[in-house]
Amino acid sequence: MLVRVLLFARLRELARHDELRLEVPEGSTARDVWNGLAAEYPPLADYTTAVSVAVNEEYARLTASLRDGDEIAFLPPVSGG
Amino acid sequence: MDASHAITAAPLDAAAVAAAASRDGDGAVASFVGLVRNHNAGREVLWLDYEAYEPLARKAFDRIAAEAAARWTGARVVIHHRIGRVGIGEASVVIAAASPHRAEAFAACRYAIERIKQIAPIWKHEHFAGGEVWIEGATADAEDEDARATALERACS
Repeated sequence: MLVRVLLFARLRELARHDELRLEVPEGSTARDVWNGLAAEYPPLADYTTAVSVAVNEEYARLTASLRDGDEIAFLPPVSGG
Repeated sequence: MDASHAITAAPLDAAAVAAAASRDGDGAVASFVGLVRNHNAGREVLWLDYEAYEPLARKAFDRIAAEAAARWTGARVVIHHRIGRVGIGEASVVIAAASPHRAEAFAACRYAIERIKQIAPIWKHEHFAGGEVWIEGATADAEDEDARATALERACS
């Protein structure tokens, strides 16, 4: 299945992409997608314990199962205000 | 959904945010204006660039306003946040919390800024004399009840 990945702030800079379209196996979780990204872009691995995830513009868990066409956003620790 | 929240590259207008929050039955509106300061962690700050995941940030603002309204009956919170380059002394965020009485307005306003810092998907990219750095605070977890309790405690202390 095909998913759309969004990366923000320092994650975007480390991966040098703000958006990726990835083919992933059926039943993949957000964590599976993250682990794949961290393997392809090793600097991202520093964020494995600090990253937040949103699926289709709602906060989600890394354990969330994904469906074809989902938009998965990975978010480094926030600093608004 | 409160359509009056905003994420914008334009300068913020605190009076407009206060007006958007208040109704005829309100006796108080508390405003918070967050400013870009010229120093941080020993660095001379030149400007900040703010980035947001806008659709989720709007939902986070809706959530924060709903949490405040549930805790302080009648409180109405409106949040405007800048994105893009924001200069020293400019407002990066404006919060207005309106309520029939002042105690609830103050508390809801403080609660909102604490929650923004916890769960709004917004990032500061600090440009300082000699370099730049992404500022990273809390790992956003909207369901984290400990974080919510911390925000409530700060609001009510």
